[in-house]
Amino acid sequence: MAPDELVKDSRIQNDAVATGTAGNPEYAVQLKGIVKRFPGVLANDGIDLDIKRGEIHCLLGENGAGKTTLMRILYGLYSQDEGKIFLNGTPVNISSPREALAQHIGMVHQHFRLVPTLSVEENIILGLDEGTGPFLNLRRVRAKIRKIAKTYGLSVDPGAKVWQLSVGQRQRVEIIKALYREADILIMDEPTSVLTPQEVDQLFTTLRTLVTDGLTIILITHKLDEVMRVSDRVTVLRKGKVVNTLETSRVDKPSLARSMVGRDVVFRLEKSPIERGEEILEVEELGAEDDRGLPAISEVTFDVYGGEILGVAGVSGNGQRELEESLTGLRRATSGKICLNKKDITNLSARAIADAGVAHVPAQRISMGIVPNMSIRENLILKQYRHPPFAKGLRIDYKAAGRHAQSAVQDYQIAAPSVDTRAKLLSGGNIQRLILARELSGSPYLIVAAHPTYGLDVGATEQIRQVLLNQRESGAGILLISEDLGEIMTLSDRIMVMFAGEVMGIIPSEDARLGEIGLMMAGTRHEKD
Amino acid sequence: MKRIERLALLKVEKRPVPSGHVILSVSILAILAALVVVAIFFASYGTSPFRAYGAIIKGAFGSWQGFSETLRRMIPLLLCGVGLTVAFRALFWNIGADGQLLFGAIAATWVALFSGLHGPVVIPMMFLAGFAAGALWGVIPAVLKVKMRINDVITTLMMNYIAMYIVLYLIHGPWKGPSVRGYPLTDIFSPAAQLPTIGNTHVHWPTLLLGLFLALAAYIMLNRSKSGFEIQVVGENPHAARFAGISELKTTVTAMLTSGGLAGLAGVGEVAGVHLRLFDPNQISMGYGYTAIIVAWLARKNPLAVIVTSFFFGVLMAGGDVIKVNLGLPFQLINMFNGVIMFFLIGSEIFMRYRITLRRK
Amino acid sequence: MGWESWLISTFARALAYGTPLLLGTLGEIYAERAGVLNLGIEGMMIMGAYSAFVVSYKTGHPWLGILVAAMVGGVFSLIHAFASITLKANQVVSGLALTMLGLGLAGVLGRSMVGTPLFTSLHRITVPGLSTIPIIGPGFFTHQNLLVYITMLLVLILWYILFHTRVGITIRAVGESPETADSLGVNVARVRYLCVVVGGIFAGVAGAYLSVGYRPAWTEGMTGGMGWIVIALTIFAFWNPIYGLLGSYFFASLYHLSYRLQAWISPELLKAMPYVFAIIILILVSRGTVQKRRGAPAALTIPYTRGEE
Repeated sequence: MAPDELVKDSRIQNDAVATGTAGNPEYAVQLKGIVKRFPGVLANDGIDLDIKRGEIHCLLGENGAGKTTLMRILYGLYSQDEGKIFLNGTPVNISSPREALAQHIGMVHQHFRLVPTLSVEENIILGLDEGTGPFLNLRRVRAKIRKIAKTYGLSVDPGAKVWQLSVGQRQRVEIIKALYREADILIMDEPTSVLTPQEVDQLFTTLRTLVTDGLTIILITHKLDEVMRVSDRVTVLRKGKVVNTLETSRVDKPSLARSMVGRDVVFRLEKSPIERGEEILEVEELGAEDDRGLPAISEVTFDVYGGEILGVAGVSGNGQRELEESLTGLRRATSGKICLNKKDITNLSARAIADAGVAHVPAQRISMGIVPNMSIRENLILKQYRHPPFAKGLRIDYKAAGRHAQSAVQDYQIAAPSVDTRAKLLSGGNIQRLILARELSGSPYLIVAAHPTYGLDVGATEQIRQVLLNQRESGAGILLISEDLGEIMTLSDRIMVMFAGEVMGIIPSEDARLGEIGLMMAGTRHEKD
Repeated sequence: MKRIERLALLKVEKRPVPSGHVILSVSILAILAALVVVAIFFASYGTSPFRAYGAIIKGAFGSWQGFSETLRRMIPLLLCGVGLTVAFRALFWNIGADGQLLFGAIAATWVALFSGLHGPVVIPMMFLAGFAAGALWGVIPAVLKVKMRINDVITTLMMNYIAMYIVLYLIHGPWKGPSVRGYPLTDIFSPAAQLPTIGNTHVHWPTLLLGLFLALAAYIMLNRSKSGFEIQVVGENPHAARFAGISELKTTVTAMLTSGGLAGLAGVGEVAGVHLRLFDPNQISMGYGYTAIIVAWLARKNPLAVIVTSFFFGVLMAGGDVIKVNLGLPFQLINMFNGVIMFFLIGSEIFMRYRITLRRK
Repeated sequence: MGWESWLISTFARALAYGTPLLLGTLGEIYAERAGVLNLGIEGMMIMGAYSAFVVSYKTGHPWLGILVAAMVGGVFSLIHAFASITLKANQVVSGLALTMLGLGLAGVLGRSMVGTPLFTSLHRITVPGLSTIPIIGPGFFTHQNLLVYITMLLVLILWYILFHTRVGITIRAVGESPETADSLGVNVARVRYLCVVVGGIFAGVAGAYLSVGYRPAWTEGMTGGMGWIVIALTIFAFWNPIYGLLGSYFFASLYHLSYRLQAWISPELLKAMPYVFAIIILILVSRGTVQKRRGAPAALTIPYTRGEE
């Protein structure tokens, strides 16, 4: 950031302070000196934030920068330890979502707050009292939903159950829910992470319309592109503090990235061009069902070679999870064939597949990848405990496990007080390092990595990508499932796009264009030349 | 760790990991609080709580006879309690130790009266058969849970009732002793099928030693063996178990074989060491299987700590007998006692998981 | 005996024996729909049975007894609510503790009255008109007590509330996704407390039905494990009051029919039948619950803490 901007920035803040405790009625929202402590963490450290009426204001920062915490305070889900909140210049006390809603603040959470077993309309009126007592006037509710849907292009069937909806539709329900409650201020937490590029366009159009109609939108994101595309102003947070607040038209991406991370961001990833090796994985017409017993993937055919990263792109919920699980023995394949090194491993047990040399970095990192209440030492032998040197007859040699853990902690730079620290006390990045350390310890032939850097900070992301690239160089085949298109494009040698459980096409990454991949993600099949 | 909640004027923060002395002091305080509540009940019943507790302590420790009653009660609680720690570690809610105990008793009775065995093999065979029968009764709900997702609490409970009625059927029907003149009892066991006791008490010391040994064995199994590791992983995170290729079925069945088997051994001890015959199931099980739940819970699922907690509840049960006789208070008081202690125990866990301070504002 | 009288007695027994099961199940459905498993039904039922008995024995008014039993059940359930909602204690253990406490307390308090018959029990009524219908009349509308019909009416009311009112939406949301309900200003703890107390009230009345209606007397442990069968029926009913009615009556008629086997099976084993049936029924429905999204409320047994994900 240029020095003159810094000066201007601080002057704005000084002005705000000068107006005194009454706040400035110019601003829709003013947060002053917000401090929020969690045990062992200072999540918000004296944050000042001014949001103008009718703007789209981005809160930019890495994971753990305190963006979501700050907005949860504004929405009444957390209460601040220190600091004040002003709405339109008036001090307010928001200690629960009920009070936030009464102040016309709405929030669309990153993990949607919807009840899957209820219908859309039931979700929308949940918690409301519309003067009809306990009884429902569904006709009136539907009319109001339709009106909102029509005005902002948010089409959705009010009677459908939420579990039947796609992720994009669910997001629309969330927005309608806020508008139904006549929100003036709409907070959106990472709204684009689950959308196709085209759906993102559509969302941004809707947001623009909303702002034209007088709403104020606060958008939490860690993606620089989105800031540049949609926001009027941007506030960068780092480690619980405001770095600066700027007009978007006066910044560029590199400077934003620098203030977000606190140093120059140069991706030092070196992806050397290497000869691809033997065919390691061959998947033929694979089919599998989801948890409800409905077909989730069908006729999935592809192969992975040694020294190659095959990226799997697609909007979440298009069969990636079922693919990941049927390859690793966690889900039964209903049709087709999976061969590892020319040997049929279809529907072998998870144990047999792991022992055959398939490493698995699971999407559900915490709920599946670790046992939170067990120590690092124990988590590192979660799969290897049954083999020497850890198994000695019926006994487990915990001393050997300890030595193994010591070296893994060093090799993968897992930050922890000791190897007997419980895994649940580790940060997300360290948990992922632990999982990689365990999964890669047996020099696997194939690595199935699902969303390996999702939600991690830049440092951990960089390290984990480098580890994957190193594995590629040492000849492993890697299947990389990710929703982060940037990640797929940077790391992959070839890109496979999935939609509705089918493969839309596989293209070499040097030919890949974002627009084309976006179309494939939305269901257009790639024409083979 | 972003976890926080407000509770009235208190500030409640998640404690990362409670230390050993926090667990111990909170547990002791919980028991003291429960004793106070029951004291109030004594008082409202017209009995001085000091007199009642005095009678319990005197009853349990005052004489060798009293102390032997404590030990006698401790034996089944120890065996069932150790078994339950294994089941609970695998996150299997075995509420069925009572039924498993009865099945052990049935099997032991069969060996003693109907197998035709004689001499020194009888006792070991009774223990083996009792273990197998208890294990069988415990494995059924384990398979139902893993294979068909049927709630373990309900099945184990239902099977307690079924076991009870099977015992009733046996003693009213096919196993009714020819020498008991129509009473619903079996014949008394032959001396070869009776466990030796200390002096003329009911302390059948072989079962007590077996229990102490198995507590140690269970501790080693849970904390040092591959099976123990698998049980721990399945109990803490079944998804991770699946991910790691640990069979939930095999692990749960192992845990319930152990848990049911140990309860079965307790049943063997009761019929072969105390009653010397099969009769009224309620008098054989005495609710040991239910009390053992508290025993295991209070021991924080640590089999070695069960030695201490089962002794404590042995004192309460023996003392309960004494106040029944001496003060004319109903024995059901002990059930109530158990309920109150359990509430305070689980209620107090919030003090282990959370650090609670007054809020400054 | 002809098939007609056979049917009639089956219907009549199904109603008589099924009603306490149904009352308990209705209450448990509400508690579980809000996300709280209450294994203390047996304890609350026996406390209800005892208090209804004592009150109607002392006052001569069975309905007053039922009212007091409802209150006792409600108050008793508050212990579980406090432990599991406010203190976030393990719901399985807390419910078991409640049952132990109830069985113990009722045993202690009622010791001096064991075996006392009650002469001021609920009147049995025969519905005029309806009782003259062949088979149905004598089966359903003859010589039953009023509570049987009140319970049927309650089924409809509770079903309507659960699926067609704002209250029902709120309850189901709290049991499925408390964080969603909380984010829309619903007081999760309050809803859960209310539902647990409703469950306690119903369990209390179920117990009262036993001691002042079904078998007017006080005997120790007179609920005899009904509370556990209620837990199984709640699953069998897919947490729906209507299915709860069908399940309870179906179960009760099975129980009654098993007595037809008396010639072949000893009475002790017959008494074990309800528990065998309960397990068999759970086996039968286990497929349906997994596949058809009719499983337990997603947040069942999980305490809610704001901000934990």
